[in-house]
Amino acid sequence: MTDVPFQEPTSEVSGLEAGRPGSSPGGAAGGGRRFVRTAFVRRKERFEAWARGVFLAMAAAMIVPLVAIVGHLTYEAWPSLELEFILDVPRRGMTEGGIWPAFVGTLYLVGLSLAVAAPIGVLAAVYLNEYARDNWFNRVIQLAVINLAGVPSIVHALFGLGAFVYAARFGYSILSASLTLAIMTLPVIIASTREALAAVPRAFREACWNVGATRWQTIRSIVLPNSISGILTGVILQVSRAAGETAPIMFTGAVFYKAIARGDLFAYRLDEQCMALSMHLYTVTTQVPNVRESVPYATAVVLLASVLLVNATAIGLRLWLRNRKRW
Amino acid sequence: MDTPVRIEVRDLRLAYGTREALHGLSFDVHAQEILGIIGPAQAGKTSLLRCLNRTIDFTADARMTGSVKVDGADVRQVKDVFALRRKIGMVAPLPVGLPLSIYDNVAFAPRCAGVQRRDELEALVEHCLRQAALWDEVKDRLHTLGTRLSGGQQQRLTIARALSHQPEILCLDEFSIAIDPVTTMRIEEVLKELRRTVTILLVTNLTQQARRLADRTLFLWKGELVELDRTEVIFSEHPRERRTYEYVNGMVG
Ligand SMILES: Nc1ncnc2c1ncn2[C@@H]1O[C@H](COP(=O)(O)OP(=O)(O)OP(=O)(O)O)[C@@H](O)[C@H]1O
Ligand SMILES: [Mg+2]
Repeated sequence: MTDVPFQEPTSEVSGLEAGRPGSSPGGAAGGGRRFVRTAFVRRKERFEAWARGVFLAMAAAMIVPLVAIVGHLTYEAWPSLELEFILDVPRRGMTEGGIWPAFVGTLYLVGLSLAVAAPIGVLAAVYLNEYARDNWFNRVIQLAVINLAGVPSIVHALFGLGAFVYAARFGYSILSASLTLAIMTLPVIIASTREALAAVPRAFREACWNVGATRWQTIRSIVLPNSISGILTGVILQVSRAAGETAPIMFTGAVFYKAIARGDLFAYRLDEQCMALSMHLYTVTTQVPNVRESVPYATAVVLLASVLLVNATAIGLRLWLRNRKRW
Repeated sequence: MDTPVRIEVRDLRLAYGTREALHGLSFDVHAQEILGIIGPAQAGKTSLLRCLNRTIDFTADARMTGSVKVDGADVRQVKDVFALRRKIGMVAPLPVGLPLSIYDNVAFAPRCAGVQRRDELEALVEHCLRQAALWDEVKDRLHTLGTRLSGGQQQRLTIARALSHQPEILCLDEFSIAIDPVTTMRIEEVLKELRRTVTILLVTNLTQQARRLADRTLFLWKGELVELDRTEVIFSEHPRERRTYEYVNGMVG
């Protein structure tokens, strides 16, 4: 292409019209091409309809497990489902009563772990996406992030035990458990944030650099405002992961039972152990004899409902922010 | 030339990875002139401009050697590269409205440079939009999004943005590809006006545009400076190089 001469637009246009190699007769001059539904076209259309149907079916099939899970759980949990179940403490050796200590414990664990992981993850992602040059050091960081994301949660648990409980002397505590969860969610937050940042077109950044904006000025005024919805969604989706994991907190700070007052939101200190929903579910299902049948299911419903509520918030937030999208 | 030298390029080489895109360019740009830069696709015109304001730094594998001096200062040694970029206005070929309001698009650069006073900003925004021949079309909706303007309007917004930091040198990279001929003419008039205070580098694929505007014209070909002379000479029947004659007459094959 380098050798093609530059032509003034006029000559280029006329050049195109003069000789169109291989074009069939009956173009614009012959009154337009006639559209004939050949066998090929019909086959194409049939296939298109068929393909669309298959894809739709697969996508629609996703509704089945969700409805099945929610329906089954709710049905089994029905006798226990009332506000009192959340607010009350477990009674009679955890065979009856509510789940307040576990509910509050999970709030603490998830809240603290995200409070640690979200800022670190977002800032790290900004560095990797906006500042990092392609050198060995940054490649090592990226490799670390990828591999960290692939570490099984039970291994995180063991690491948290060694690092936070023993080495850092935080003991079995909410702090240790939250930090373990934070390390587990960090790489995913970094990955989702980077994706959100990368979705902002590079042309915007170049336009800013051209007028003498620093990288930070560019990030603050253009990149972050236009990726915040993706960033927030990525962070919020980690709530469900952190809330659902059992192994990491079991090794580092969650206990089977802890007596706290009914409805007390400030029951735990950070250096104490706590109960947690995921762990409580495990306990009442497998460790405690003669539990009232609906209790495990109701626990699961509360866990699931909380997570779905948070996810719904994320979706709502995303929609709201996307309506303000600016290009 | 009797006017002082603003930009002094000596043996400028630029390589992307192992492929060299500019093979040792040397030329001067004087104050108060319009230098036309013409050449076929891939000649290295955009690359040349990106060396001047050092946005080439953002291309990871680009390596630049030789020297480019702007007002006597080597661009690779300047401490405040952001001040250098503000000194050089750059209009990229593709229109880019920043995802901000029209007003903020133009006020962006001054704000980055520390201008905060409202009246000062407002006056500047109006002035730049007028120069870019956009004011009349947008004056009633300055606070709507710049990205919602038409392609040609966004291109003029880009020009307004490039003028907003009051550059002393203005680089225009095919600024008129998205703009209709009438508006192009209006902007060309503004450029002639600006020439009195601003040095202009005009990269263009429309050789006639260079012919209309440029005092001198530089013909770049595959990363090589073929010829630089007064525009009348370049477009005459007898430029120094035969390739120049063939290119401006659409005959290079
Ligand atoms: N970011 C990049 N990475 C690698 N090579 C590049 C890059 N940008 C440009 N090049 C190469 O450098 C050479 C010159 O490109 P440049 O964009 O400067 O040409 P140009 O004269 O502006 O062309 P056009 O008229 O098409 O805009 C080309 O061979 C191109 O492939
Ligand atoms: Mg170019």
